[in-house]
Amino acid sequence: MSVKSYREAINEAMRQEMQRDETIVIMGEDVKGGMGGSAGVDEAWGGVLGVTKGLVAEFGHERVLDTPITESGFVGAAAGAAATGLRPIAELMFADFMGVCFDQIFNQAGKFRYMFGGKAVTPLTIRTMYGAGMRAASQHSQCLYPVFTHMPGLKVVVPSSPYEAKGLLIQSIRDNDPVVFFEHKMLYDMSEEVPDEPYTIPFGEANVTREGDDVTIVAMGRMVVFANQVADKLEAEGIGCTVVDPRTTSPLDEDTIIECVEDTGRLVVVDESSPRCNMATDISAIVSQSAFGALKAPIKMVTPPHTPVPFAPEIEDIYIPNPDDIEAAVREVVGYS
Amino acid sequence: MQLSREELLKAYRDMRMIREFEERLHVESAAGSIPGFVHLSAGEEASAVGVCMELRQSDCIAATHRGHGHAIAKGCDVSSMMKEIFGRRDGMCGGKGGSMHIADLDMGMMGANGIVGGGPPLVCGAALTAKTLKTGGVAVAFFGDGASNQGTVAEAMNLACVWELPVIFCLEDNGYGEATSTKFAFRGDQLKRAEGYGMPAVRVNGHDLFEVNEAMREATERARSGGGPSFIQAMTHRYYGHFEGDSTAYRKENEIKEVIAEMDCMMLFRQRVTEAGLLEASQMDEIDAEVLDIIEQAVVDALAAPPPTEADLLTDVYVSY
Repeated sequence: MSVKSYREAINEAMRQEMQRDETIVIMGEDVKGGMGGSAGVDEAWGGVLGVTKGLVAEFGHERVLDTPITESGFVGAAAGAAATGLRPIAELMFADFMGVCFDQIFNQAGKFRYMFGGKAVTPLTIRTMYGAGMRAASQHSQCLYPVFTHMPGLKVVVPSSPYEAKGLLIQSIRDNDPVVFFEHKMLYDMSEEVPDEPYTIPFGEANVTREGDDVTIVAMGRMVVFANQVADKLEAEGIGCTVVDPRTTSPLDEDTIIECVEDTGRLVVVDESSPRCNMATDISAIVSQSAFGALKAPIKMVTPPHTPVPFAPEIEDIYIPNPDDIEAAVREVVGYS
Repeated sequence: MQLSREELLKAYRDMRMIREFEERLHVESAAGSIPGFVHLSAGEEASAVGVCMELRQSDCIAATHRGHGHAIAKGCDVSSMMKEIFGRRDGMCGGKGGSMHIADLDMGMMGANGIVGGGPPLVCGAALTAKTLKTGGVAVAFFGDGASNQGTVAEAMNLACVWELPVIFCLEDNGYGEATSTKFAFRGDQLKRAEGYGMPAVRVNGHDLFEVNEAMREATERARSGGGPSFIQAMTHRYYGHFEGDSTAYRKENEIKEVIAEMDCMMLFRQRVTEAGLLEASQMDEIDAEVLDIIEQAVVDALAAPPPTEADLLTDVYVSY
């Protein structure tokens, strides 16, 4: 056990898995950095935010590959390599870039197994950065996990902390289906105790971070941190919150969410992704269909507005669902009559 | 001509198998017995066979939506393919892929593809696997003149050069992307484009098995010995429309009739091997008859086979559930 950042936990997961399995290769833009450059260095960056640092030194250039800026090319290559005997980890630097390689993910990798009658195995992991808060604006800040969740054949993972990230990434790498792993760029410096040895966290099993009698808050990714902050604050006032982190949006642990709603009778879903057709709408519909009788109040969704992510800090901060927004939603459902 | 008798007989048989397979589907499609879309490759046999002759079972190919010929040339089971095209449960893909997604990874056939240009990046992946695991394998991307303008093809060619991958890019140029002629949709020179990415490129008559094979032999040797990717542009023609049922109003009636009369690949092959005394016409006639029987049986079996069940609808979305 030792204190690690989200970034370090992810790096360690990859390193330990690559030590164990020679068929694991990493590919992406500047996962090393410096190839062909006049400085002649092997690793100028180790990833744009340093997440893949040190891996080429341990595993060599044949297992850690830089790519040209060619997402369709290398994500497609990762899909083809996965179907033919490698276990690739492809990095889609920003999830916002999915537009230039989406076919290779949802129509190719995601569908091989089904279209080929069960004969294909595609153990592909795509790691990608998501989320607002870094002032990176519209094309570098989106939460696109709902789009991938929609696609049968893909699995989607949204880790909320360093401990979650390491276990879920190891699980993703070992999983024999294509997995898209969403790393929130604002969580890279978050630190907590993380086991030093490899471990896995199963998909489709939500983490209930705390229990309370009055309301269930379902939150994903960075929003879990905010939800827990709000729960702490409201506990002092006698409002008890259950906080559920689904960990994976596909598969989704519907049973745990429904059980918690049946206990509390109230649901707030916090989702940083854009409000139309996001996880908040998905979870609300599932609960509404399966636990209608248990609800004492309408379901409340806490999401950004239906806009691209703005640049100026003042309005980006309004855009992102924050603890105050979550608190207001909780008070509303608790006060409903 | 360096091909052995066995190789010549097999090449002829494979081409004939593809031709009769496609011709039969043309008939069945007109009769309404095939669900969905089929895209026939009749006319293009020599490029599929001339290329796949050089491949091992473990080498990989990815094809286009017009992929039956490549699958047969790669050694996929004809009966299983027929059942798949008819949507049967024990078809090659369990009846869940159909003509456009026909695949057999055990035979190194990574699939026909419903997305134009979808294959080349996947083939770079298969080549990366071969290079990383040091199998000595190569991978072939078949794509058309229509696909040659897709970004994925450009990316795959560049990536193959940058990573020095054992890929052979085989462009089967049949002059049409769906209903639009290459004369409209393409500018410049395919070979110069490929050379521009950094790989050697040749143009061959796609109706001439020997020309295709010679180019492929050189490309395969280059790839297997670590010399990186190559590009072959095979000039060819598809005898039928883009898809069956297509109104081929975009080309003149006698355009294909002329091609068939002057450069049909099996006619050229027969002429060549009989004139050179390599094979007897009667041997090839025997093959013709045998192939027709196999195709007939495949259709009979496919028509008699059951469709997938309701439970089959839900299986194999994931490995784990």
